[in-house]
Amino acid sequence: MRKQRLVLIGNGMAGVRTLEEILRHDPQRYDITIIGDEPCGNYNRIQLSPVLAGEQTLSDIILNSEDWYDANGIRLIKGVAATGIDRVQRTISLATGEAIAYDKLIIATGSRPFMLPIPGAQLDGVLGFRDIKDTTAMIDAAAKYQHAVVIGGGLLGLEAAHGLKQRGMNVSVVHLGEWLLNRQLDEQAGRMLEQAMRDHGLALYLGQTARRLVGEQRVSGVELGDGTVLPADLVIMAAGIVPNDGLARAAGLKVQQGIVVDDTLKSSDPFIYAVGECVNHRGISYGLVAPLFEMGKVLANQLAGCGKQRYTGTTTSTKLKVTGIDLFSAGDFMGGDDYDQIVVSDPKGGVYKKLVLKDDVLVGACLYGDTGEGAWYYQLLREGRNVADMRRDLLSGPREVGDAGTAGANRAAALPMDAEVCGCNGVSKGTIVKAITEHGLFTVEDVKKHTRAGASCGSCTGLVEQILMSTVGSSFQAAPRQKPMCDCTTHTHAEVREAIRNQHLTSMDQVMRKLQWRSADGCPTCRPALNYYLISTWPGEARDDPQSRLVNERMHANIQKDSTFSVIPRMWGGVTSPAELRRIADVAEKYEVRMVKVTGGQRLDLLGVKGSDLPAIWKDLDMPSGMGYSKGLRTVKTCVGKQFCRFGTQDSTGMGIELEKALDRMWAPHKVKLAVSGCPRNCAEAGIKDVGIIAVDSGWELYIGGNGGIKTEVAEFLIKVKTATEVMEYSGAFLQLYREEAHYLERTVHFMQRVGLDYIKERVLQDEAGRKALWARLQQALALEPDPWRARDGVAADQFAALPA
Amino acid sequence: MKSFHKICALQDIPQQGARVVNTSAQAQAIALFRTADDQVFALDDHCPHKGGALSHGLVFGGAVACPLHNFKVDLATGSALAPEQGQVPCHAVEVRDGEVWLAV
Repeated sequence: MRKQRLVLIGNGMAGVRTLEEILRHDPQRYDITIIGDEPCGNYNRIQLSPVLAGEQTLSDIILNSEDWYDANGIRLIKGVAATGIDRVQRTISLATGEAIAYDKLIIATGSRPFMLPIPGAQLDGVLGFRDIKDTTAMIDAAAKYQHAVVIGGGLLGLEAAHGLKQRGMNVSVVHLGEWLLNRQLDEQAGRMLEQAMRDHGLALYLGQTARRLVGEQRVSGVELGDGTVLPADLVIMAAGIVPNDGLARAAGLKVQQGIVVDDTLKSSDPFIYAVGECVNHRGISYGLVAPLFEMGKVLANQLAGCGKQRYTGTTTSTKLKVTGIDLFSAGDFMGGDDYDQIVVSDPKGGVYKKLVLKDDVLVGACLYGDTGEGAWYYQLLREGRNVADMRRDLLSGPREVGDAGTAGANRAAALPMDAEVCGCNGVSKGTIVKAITEHGLFTVEDVKKHTRAGASCGSCTGLVEQILMSTVGSSFQAAPRQKPMCDCTTHTHAEVREAIRNQHLTSMDQVMRKLQWRSADGCPTCRPALNYYLISTWPGEARDDPQSRLVNERMHANIQKDSTFSVIPRMWGGVTSPAELRRIADVAEKYEVRMVKVTGGQRLDLLGVKGSDLPAIWKDLDMPSGMGYSKGLRTVKTCVGKQFCRFGTQDSTGMGIELEKALDRMWAPHKVKLAVSGCPRNCAEAGIKDVGIIAVDSGWELYIGGNGGIKTEVAEFLIKVKTATEVMEYSGAFLQLYREEAHYLERTVHFMQRVGLDYIKERVLQDEAGRKALWARLQQALALEPDPWRARDGVAADQFAALPA
Repeated sequence: MKSFHKICALQDIPQQGARVVNTSAQAQAIALFRTADDQVFALDDHCPHKGGALSHGLVFGGAVACPLHNFKVDLATGSALAPEQGQVPCHAVEVRDGEVWLAV
């Protein structure tokens, strides 16, 4: 069977990114032809500003070399314009006279600069700033001439002005708005930028129009609305862009300041799609790269036959690529009557921050001078998360560099190049920046693949996102609001959980088949998650798949750097006995354990155990597994409490033991730690546990969502109860809610941040029947779980012993 | 001179799992991997990244992810999956009538 012919008109970033995505889905599906009127391969257009400023060279910004086209069997027709589309014959005519047949066509012709229709606009030396040709013409002019005028004080205009200034020209900027970047900044930030640009040596004419260009053959001046004439040997029109939709219009497609497309990027002709700056989607034409990539992803999904994704628009953010100027804006940064604004203004110190909120949701941000938290705000904005409980801290941002478990972010721009970003894999900021610029990366996923940064514990993801943002500016492709679980699927964690519950799926095979997994048997990311979702949703019904668990849970021990294991027996509430201690000591000697260590969770850890000795050690210990390896209940830490302590108000040790026995063998989305303190002195450190219980004279205070890990998080107060039975019920109900609704590898704190503390209170405090049902479901699930060490006879010996040769 | 030796039955290796073979002739232990579709591959049990035991890794498709840092290796070639770089020595292995034969 003949392969379908897919033709792309436009060899730019949006179109080629779409093809890359299609090739990733299904490299064999299409015969691909690209028609591009530029004489070279695909390059990173947004880096033209740094090229103009002399900070990068043209060869630095090539995205796909000729080899790439060859390697993927793509026919590239370059330096030739498409002149017409025959929608009946389904052919495209070229300037050379050739006709190219298509089965499916993608139009990605981008946009062109809007040239003001004023007298003199046709003179030599009047340019737009769009492609390599314009850029080299500007560089050449800067070498020969002295005076440049840029018309338009938007992002592109200022970048052009900055570049020409760097190349030694006298530069004036004529801008119609009252302040610079009036579509990206509010007046106050605009004024600060104005000062910075004047300090940088630019002459600014604000609130002014260019009435006429003066000159004979070549332009010699610009006459402003007030009659002033500025000398000019070079005029750059940066007054906006116009979608390149002429070809589509001539072919009779529906066009309205851009090719009109639906949410699948389809034009009015079902065989023709359009993507990029040439389209009009829901009335909007985008001029930034992030939305184009999002469109490309959706279109690729359509063309690869998956047909699942929809493009629903993008909240964009901007950043100016002018060295030394930090500004960031996103969303609705102007605000208005129905909005709340949080503002810090320090013009002298060069810092201005404005956050715009509506009904406790961040809807816009405008930052100048200190943009360190930009990515974090952008994320809050896209998530539309309720920020009521962090309002007070919103301006200062997440507290620590390197935190990201909490979707955090920080001052990546200020970090030195040798600063370590990923502690797991020893990746420095310099390595990441180099990978981003060399390989033209735009997503955190790409960075992860190329540098390993963020590929292990993932705690630096927020920081990596920040570095991406500060390196590539507005081209940064923010992760979509709804991230698929992994490359094997287009579904999010939430969708998969829902499908498992609603469609009563009980095996991994079923899930992968029903949800159209792209890989035969998943990957190390989705399989452990699916396994957890199945067994937590259908306890006793779905079968646990050991081969989809990571090594620790498969071996019921912790793997160490030399591939030996460590073994932690359970000591209920941290309490042991002389007999138990003696047995542990005997086992440690018998198996020549390399170290016996007290863990942070009040347990004894036997380190350096050979994998093949594990079953024998468990048998000799004759204690339940401490599950110190699990995404599940680890420990319930306790203090001495009123049994011995002179301050103790309740029996915290007894409470801890009771809780631990009740929750033992509980698998969860991530590790879970509890603590019970006998008085507010809190010796068991209950304030940083997933569930912390603090005894007071009149009962017990319950706290949830604490974390002593990657970033210390203080637990939030949930409720005060009187009896031990209530402690169990409320703690258990909260944990079951977490088990049922959190995404795999989401700690309680992040689950809480995602759904909001109010939601948890609603489910666990206000809904009494619901609470009891949650607690009952948890108890039912746990009743079915065996202790993995005691179930060792059922564990195939295969996992442990070596085969003789 | 290497020759094929019978090691075990195919069933002795868990599907999507691995077993280790101790060979005195070999500096590194060899891991035998069995994929979901019952293909068997043999690699040195040593990740090129930080030396983790690949036999404890998660087998998916025709690859294994190292248990230490999730470094992924193609089972058929021993090459790290792009963009990682690295190579694990491969060994000839055959399944004959449900039995696994390894060249050592």
